[in-house]
Amino acid sequence: MAKLTDKMVEGQPDLLADLDAETLATDDLLTEEMLVNMGPQHPSTHGVLRILLRTDGEVVREATPHIGYLHRCAEKIGENVAPFQFIPTTDRLDYLAAMNNNQTFSVAVEQLVGIEVPERAVTIRILMAELNRIASHLVSLGAYGLDMGAFTPFLYAFRERERIMDLFEAACGARLTYSYITIGGVTMDLPDGFTDACREFLEYLEPKIHEYNQLLSYNQIFIKRAGGVGVISAADAIAWGLTGPCLRASGVRWDLRRCMPYEGYEQYDFEVPIGLPQGGEPPVPPGVPQPRVPRGVVVGDCWSRYFVRVIEMYWSVHLVRQALDRLRPGEHKAKLPRSLKLPVGEIYFEGENPRGQLGFLVIGDGSPVPSRVKVRGPSFNNLSITSHVCRDCLLADVPAIVGSIDIVMGEVDR
Amino acid sequence: MTAEEITAVLEQELADAIAGADSGGMHPHVWVTAVRLHDVMQFLRDDSRLQFNMLRCVSGVDGPASNEIDVVYDLLSMQPAVSELWRARHAFAVKVRLDRANPHVPSVADLWPTADWHEREAYDLFGIVFDGHPDSIKDHDGLHPQRILCPDDWVGYPLRKDYVFPDEYHGIPGKLEAVPPGPG
Repeated sequence: MAKLTDKMVEGQPDLLADLDAETLATDDLLTEEMLVNMGPQHPSTHGVLRILLRTDGEVVREATPHIGYLHRCAEKIGENVAPFQFIPTTDRLDYLAAMNNNQTFSVAVEQLVGIEVPERAVTIRILMAELNRIASHLVSLGAYGLDMGAFTPFLYAFRERERIMDLFEAACGARLTYSYITIGGVTMDLPDGFTDACREFLEYLEPKIHEYNQLLSYNQIFIKRAGGVGVISAADAIAWGLTGPCLRASGVRWDLRRCMPYEGYEQYDFEVPIGLPQGGEPPVPPGVPQPRVPRGVVVGDCWSRYFVRVIEMYWSVHLVRQALDRLRPGEHKAKLPRSLKLPVGEIYFEGENPRGQLGFLVIGDGSPVPSRVKVRGPSFNNLSITSHVCRDCLLADVPAIVGSIDIVMGEVDR
Repeated sequence: MTAEEITAVLEQELADAIAGADSGGMHPHVWVTAVRLHDVMQFLRDDSRLQFNMLRCVSGVDGPASNEIDVVYDLLSMQPAVSELWRARHAFAVKVRLDRANPHVPSVADLWPTADWHEREAYDLFGIVFDGHPDSIKDHDGLHPQRILCPDDWVGYPLRKDYVFPDEYHGIPGKLEAVPPGPG
């Protein structure tokens, strides 16, 4: 009783004066459920995502994502244009990983039609896809730090990403929507001096990843915010169709590049990092300081999802180096007819994108335009677990969980 | 298991539910009758030989020429491993052909929760009704899953081949001709 009156403003009438201590105690504990609208314009929802929260005090009883604000019916475009013309639309699915989208769609169409891609083109594609994976994870890392209240890593991550954008600009002229990887190969060969610039960048980037670990990953405040929060079990992750770092963080060592190899990934040497309990040592390429999972981390929590991406950056650097070593002179594009006719048939192909498995169902009917293109966006599936994970979590943990899932709305809404 | 073996298992165990198969192409699949779809999917998930633990994708495919609409379920079986790389056991697809005028199929969201959003999307863009969907609402179109990408009051199913884009939506012109001429 004394505590309550202490808080009151002097000179104001004491509204609680008539109430006895018992009523006050129960009234103080009782909370009213409230609907809170997070988004669609909220800095931590990463685009136009709206999450309707039913809160009981600080506890979220129910979180319902409402999506579709960025819906452009990309699949309708897909069945009205030739596959070549659909490539620019794939750029705009996961716009932080346009190279990977281009690659996955191209491989799907190539497998359907039966196109042999020249070796140099395949190597350039892997080079670009892995560079884009680094760029995408850098954004994810920086933005996640920002969600958790750390501003500096965001600027550092974007500084590094800028150099990857410069490399892409040199190769294809674009900085975000490349349409560089195309059906049959890549649109143009690498410019002079690209490999040297790329190697120089990798030398620059690799020590920086260790710096991020010291700056953000092992930061006690960051671990307290992300560690042990939003834990997803392996069984749940599979049932909800999670893929990519979100699935691996739950302890599932699954990566399409290794488990169902395409584009010759089986010839490359790399490991698949997964979420580990405290004290765990994720595999890293030789010559890199061994990271160690700190205290307060549980397999499948937000921190694990974040950290899997950091370790993947190491392996992507390793893959880019291998691709650079493999570059041999040759054709950069297969010779294709001007109007590519799709056979009567269909294919469902998935590729490992930075955010998970991007899938394309392409159905051909003998004409140059497919009769159906279905896009399976990894973020769409990854986001669908939100309401399950956010049940009974704290309000302040919702941005931590949604941020760690690392969604791109262009791909969720398509 | 190869696609032929999976088809053989299904034809042996659930012969009355299988309406056809194509296990030779690039996208091996079986055709299942709509009424038995849930049984087949449950069998595919739970049978010790098959163990399709991941539902990768649910796609609608419109075929106005034959007045049919298809639903394609892409499944994947992932073999667990302790501290090693998981292995891909096998991938397969299940198709079901529905009447375009009144497409109804049982929901599989109770088997794979990921189907929840996929089925909502298939309703939203194709008008396929998944009976028993956990997030269904009842309105003048009957009981059906909620829309997910389009607004709740959107009319029509955009990915149907005969869909006509609306002239306007809440005062927003839908076609260039419908835009009123501006000053000058």
